[in-house]
Amino acid sequence: MNTMLIVFLKEVRENLRDRRTLGSALLFGPLIGPFIFALMMNTVITRELNKADQPLRIPVIGAQYAPNLIDALKQEGLIPRPPVANPEAAVRDQDADVVLRIPSDFDKSWRKGEASQVEMIYDSSQRETGGSIDRLRHMLETYSRRQGAMRLVARGLSPTMMAPVSVDDRDQSTPQSRAGQLFSILPYFFVLAVFMGGMYLAIDLTAGERERQSLEPLFANPVPRWKVLLGKLGAICVFSLASLTISVVGFGVCGRIIPAEKLGMTLNLGPAFALQVVLIMLPLVILLASLQTLVAAFAKSYREAQTYLSLLMMVPALPSVLLSVLPIKVAPWMFTVPLLGQQVGITQLLRGGELTSMQISTCVTCGLVVAVLATLVTAAVYRSERLAISA
Amino acid sequence: MIEVRDLYKHFGDVKAVDGVSFVARDGEITGLLGPNGAGKTTTLRMLYTLMNPDRGQVLVDGIDAARDAQAVRRQLGVLPDARGLYKRLTARENIEYFARLQGMEHALIQARREQLIKALEMEDIADRRTEGFSQGQRVKTAIARALVHDPKNVILDEPTNGLDVMATRSLRQFMRRLKGEGRCVLFSSHIMQEVAALCDRIVVIAHGRVVADETPDALRAQTGQLNLEDAFVKIIGSDEGLAA
Repeated sequence: MNTMLIVFLKEVRENLRDRRTLGSALLFGPLIGPFIFALMMNTVITRELNKADQPLRIPVIGAQYAPNLIDALKQEGLIPRPPVANPEAAVRDQDADVVLRIPSDFDKSWRKGEASQVEMIYDSSQRETGGSIDRLRHMLETYSRRQGAMRLVARGLSPTMMAPVSVDDRDQSTPQSRAGQLFSILPYFFVLAVFMGGMYLAIDLTAGERERQSLEPLFANPVPRWKVLLGKLGAICVFSLASLTISVVGFGVCGRIIPAEKLGMTLNLGPAFALQVVLIMLPLVILLASLQTLVAAFAKSYREAQTYLSLLMMVPALPSVLLSVLPIKVAPWMFTVPLLGQQVGITQLLRGGELTSMQISTCVTCGLVVAVLATLVTAAVYRSERLAISA
Repeated sequence: MIEVRDLYKHFGDVKAVDGVSFVARDGEITGLLGPNGAGKTTTLRMLYTLMNPDRGQVLVDGIDAARDAQAVRRQLGVLPDARGLYKRLTARENIEYFARLQGMEHALIQARREQLIKALEMEDIADRRTEGFSQGQRVKTAIARALVHDPKNVILDEPTNGLDVMATRSLRQFMRRLKGEGRCVLFSSHIMQEVAALCDRIVVIAHGRVVADETPDALRAQTGQLNLEDAFVKIIGSDEGLAA
């Protein structure tokens, strides 16, 4: 116990003196997630709010052929802009989201009681135009329905004849669950924070020590190597845990300042969320520290270790990507798989659900078992002769 | 006392150590002399239990290294070939870290550390971080941390490597002092002048084998050469890898 504590304290002290590494472990790593998240949310919210509140400015060609229609659209919030010479090009070049074209015979067919045609010219591959197109279509359909109903009434018929089936939407998603869908990337940011928090220390304490030739003198001391290893792992865990805590707090702050309720969503990133995240992430802290040390022990140099670990960093993204692309139903077994369990659990919390104590304990226990196994493997590698030899 | 009995260590086809036996006694300086690649470092690494021999036995003060490696390491002060320091710690902190790993009491650490800092004349650098230390300052710090627990046996792998004349002289004096204190001092070198100037006993290693184990005078007598350098060349069979 004493040996582990001595190694642990020395590693923590030495690392605290390394400003550059500290910056990446405790600032860049944990805060990149909240930063990207805030940026993403801000863009989405600003865009949606702008489109919804502002009047729809759309170039209208041939407005003079349908003054009644234009008046009705104006009441719905449309501001007709002067016609453009080449609407197709204007849409492709993103000068206009959509262009409305009214043909000269609009009035003629209207008076005959036939269907009068209008054209919407747009490019659906431009994602940002979706809102404008939908709003214009909705305005036109509303006008069309109202005029149709009036024609029926004028002929003494009930307007309901035109609508034999009426559809009412009963969407079961809650604001939280819609938010959860959007934030499926969030669990990965927590894993990333843990990973970044410990990565440089893990490389430094094994590959770095060997490269600087201080591992051989260290092992000449009368202490078992596994105790040295546990001291080092402890130091790595402390820094990745600090990184995770900073990240969780960062997201908490984000949750307070992002006006997500304007989109009809609720962000629940408060202390209860933070505590549960830290709890189910704990096994990952130990597991990743062991894996990083293991990789660093195999690498021939500091640089090689850095390369391998950058690749290893991609692995935790897999469950995030898979679960957001594939429509997989969450099953109880998922909580037994480290990384996947955390992903599923945190997503569930974000969707406004609760984690049962069974789910939490499954997640933590299985994670710890795998972490202990990884540590045993790392300890075995630490015993090998070639570990300490630098030249 | 360090006893080595019939030590073997092969790496694939390379017979790094191929049957080495010798004894290094207390109160004596024993020199392990040999050209580069003769197997000196590998032999020493097996002595301080960093490597396990394929065959053979290592006894330090009567303790078998294969039975109780940790007890053997406790009896040894080691300056390995790799002498990396922790560059973000000061020289004092470097020494203290190893002292604590040796399980020493706080008061004893203080006393022993200051004693060594004085003996190695490193008062002026003791509170500086070791980043940017000269080769000589690094070796001094590495020796101080290796000897902080007052070991009976001292192993130094090429201790004067990379040192200038003044640093080499003071290191030799320090080694004589260790001998005077009754310790068993074992060091390796490929520089014959150094070995000749210091050693009570010389163990010559070539191609992983001991080719001579004598006092300097006996070596001269055995080979019939007045000059030690000529004596070595005659023993090893070539002058390859030996520096004057």
